[in-house]
Amino acid sequence: MSEKVLMKGNEALAEAAIQAGCRHYFGYPITPQTEVAAYMAKRMPKIGGTFLQAESEIADINMVYGVASTGYRVMTSSSSPGISLKSEGLSYMAGADLPALVVNVQRGGPGLGGIQPSQSDYFQATKGGGHGDYHMIVLAPSSVQEMADLTIKGFDLADKYRMTSMILADGTIGQMMEPVSITAPEKKEYDKSWTVTGTKMQRKHNIINSLFLDPDELERSNFARYEKYAKIEAEEAMAENYLMDDAEICVVAFGIAARVAKNAITEARRQGIKVGLVRPITLWPFPVNDLKAAAEKCHTFLSVELSMGQMIYDIRMATDCRRPVELCNRAGGIIPSPEEVYAKIIDIAKKGGNL
Amino acid sequence: MIIFDKPKALTDVPLHYCPGCTHGIVHRLVAEAIDELGIEGKTIGVAPVGCSVMAYNYFNCDMVEAAHGRAPAVATGLKRADPENHIVFSYQGDGDLASIGTAETVHAAARNENITVIFINNAIYGMTGGQMAPTSLPGQVTQTSPYGRDVKACGYPIKVCEMLAALDGPEYLERVAVNNVAHVRAAKKAIKKAFQNQIDGKGFSLVEVISSCPTNWGMTPQKALQWVEDKMIPYYPLGVYKDRSAKEAEV
Amino acid sequence: MTHSYLIAGFGGQGLLFAGKFLVNKGMMEGKEVSWLPSYGPEMRGGTANCSVIISDDPVGSPIVDHPNILMVMNLPSLDKYENAVQKGGMIVVDSSLIERKVVRDDVKAIYVPATQMADDNGLKGLANMILAGRILKELGEFNDEQVEAALKKVVSVKHPDMYDFNLTALKLGAAYEG
Repeated sequence: MSEKVLMKGNEALAEAAIQAGCRHYFGYPITPQTEVAAYMAKRMPKIGGTFLQAESEIADINMVYGVASTGYRVMTSSSSPGISLKSEGLSYMAGADLPALVVNVQRGGPGLGGIQPSQSDYFQATKGGGHGDYHMIVLAPSSVQEMADLTIKGFDLADKYRMTSMILADGTIGQMMEPVSITAPEKKEYDKSWTVTGTKMQRKHNIINSLFLDPDELERSNFARYEKYAKIEAEEAMAENYLMDDAEICVVAFGIAARVAKNAITEARRQGIKVGLVRPITLWPFPVNDLKAAAEKCHTFLSVELSMGQMIYDIRMATDCRRPVELCNRAGGIIPSPEEVYAKIIDIAKKGGNL
Repeated sequence: MIIFDKPKALTDVPLHYCPGCTHGIVHRLVAEAIDELGIEGKTIGVAPVGCSVMAYNYFNCDMVEAAHGRAPAVATGLKRADPENHIVFSYQGDGDLASIGTAETVHAAARNENITVIFINNAIYGMTGGQMAPTSLPGQVTQTSPYGRDVKACGYPIKVCEMLAALDGPEYLERVAVNNVAHVRAAKKAIKKAFQNQIDGKGFSLVEVISSCPTNWGMTPQKALQWVEDKMIPYYPLGVYKDRSAKEAEV
Repeated sequence: MTHSYLIAGFGGQGLLFAGKFLVNKGMMEGKEVSWLPSYGPEMRGGTANCSVIISDDPVGSPIVDHPNILMVMNLPSLDKYENAVQKGGMIVVDSSLIERKVVRDDVKAIYVPATQMADDNGLKGLANMILAGRILKELGEFNDEQVEAALKKVVSVKHPDMYDFNLTALKLGAAYEG
């Protein structure tokens, strides 16, 4: 499917997963991501794949763990409360170095929260969520096209680094329709010598495991994993820099917030205000270099988030707190309006700042 | 003349189980079944959390360690990944299968997932040091039921075979014991059948093995085996609770 | 140029479908487009709406807070969104369902008794498309060929007769003077 068609973000993501070779999907119903499951339920039986509605998110992530152990591409999708339930499994998958794709179409929290779009699972996604020292690769699509592209990318990165990739989307990107073109990616070969698919009596048994009762051994496995993480941080961070060449104010936003921010920036530019946007595409690894570069020329940062302010801490760390970082946020499922972001930009421009 | 030999499906790693524990017997029975059916090369085992957590070191086939209670879900994934070429079994204790993993157990059975489940019921949490299990008997003294299991406060034991037999899904459910030679022979037969069913594509097959835990029961191995006979088996009667294919053959 | 549509009314009135038709037409004409439904329990009987953007420029936020075209099919939606419409914009009202008039005088108000027209012409449930036809006509964008092509994209192949009904409704709306 290379010509552009109109699709919902959730459906584009599901189709892209199939194009990426994923033939195993396990999930449990929750708003606002049900289109992913519905799409898979329709398509998987026709292409010899697995669609299984599990008894819970706890079960589905462990089914993912099972398929991931065999090296086949596998995914699950959910929304915030469901991701909390999957977090046990995500920690085990990190501990056993298993590749898979997990999708979180976020809704407002905490608790049962609401069903409207949110970005308040940023900490959960980028800092862990489950127990223990681990990371997932976290990709934040801002358009329906990126829902597809980053899904394919997510599978590739998962296989390349033997770890879980998460698509951290929100209800708006999941529910909206835009033109999208999805092409099957080139098939790449990855090391699968570690998988459990039966020894065929030709090799020693493989063991998929996260238990290391010897603390020295456990420590070694953690250090080795963090060496891998360091390489990912150095090589895989992605961001879009929008009107940043002459920017003196740097807005930072991802997902739907970045699109709202672009409207506000367009308006502010009309008023002659030099403002640009750094849009993280990977939330982990965080695009530290783009932020560092922005800190060289911008006097103030503005984090636009659909949360009480979570990414703002990463902006401060990436810039070593050299510049003030302000927050423009809404929570509970409300999206900041372009006017709110614009007003904040004007406010910052009036205050000015030192370089 | 070979008098004693170790099944090929077991590794040479020494078992860590306590003296008198019956896990070793059941490991051997599982390995013998794998050997006799010639399926080691395509078998993937799932180890639980509990005393048999390190079962992954003892079986020569590919092994996966699951989170507590999640083995049937993990096994589902392993099986569905390549149903034609994977023989998948889980090996789980009573806390794992009948407490924290009840949902996964019931739903794998309800789906008639084509996997083999070996369920060790010794009425106690062994690895954490002898706490009350979902299958601890009424009145049974454990670390967390020091005055004996009070059914008014803690409820009644879960009879897994009886519970699952109420479902339309599962193919085969049998309860066996390993406290004497005759019982061990019957257990072997049941375990082999549970694997054969999977090979034949018949579906969910669970063998509950009534086992002993002398360490946490605070008994000698001999006394523990006697306690199985006197207390456990009367509460958990041995036998076939479901055998759909056999029943259909009768009709 | 940018058309920002807000299509609002009760769930079940075909608001999302009308939006899908418009957004497909826009895409086929080479425009940048987005379509965003409100979602949740309100889809099942309460107030629902749909944001559609059709633009020469890349679409920023897909959320239409200030439409230049408001299509309304119930009173609560007119009450809620009338003041949000951009100055010089257009409000298209299903006057069979909404008795009151548009209060603002800095927008163009168009009244179409769409539900009544649908009932009279055996097009029950297609008031949405009558209104869409009227809007396209007003914008000077009712081109038979493109309308038909876009409609083919959104009508399920399982219900070919629905194509004819929808096309009739669109044309009926376009021909409505008032």
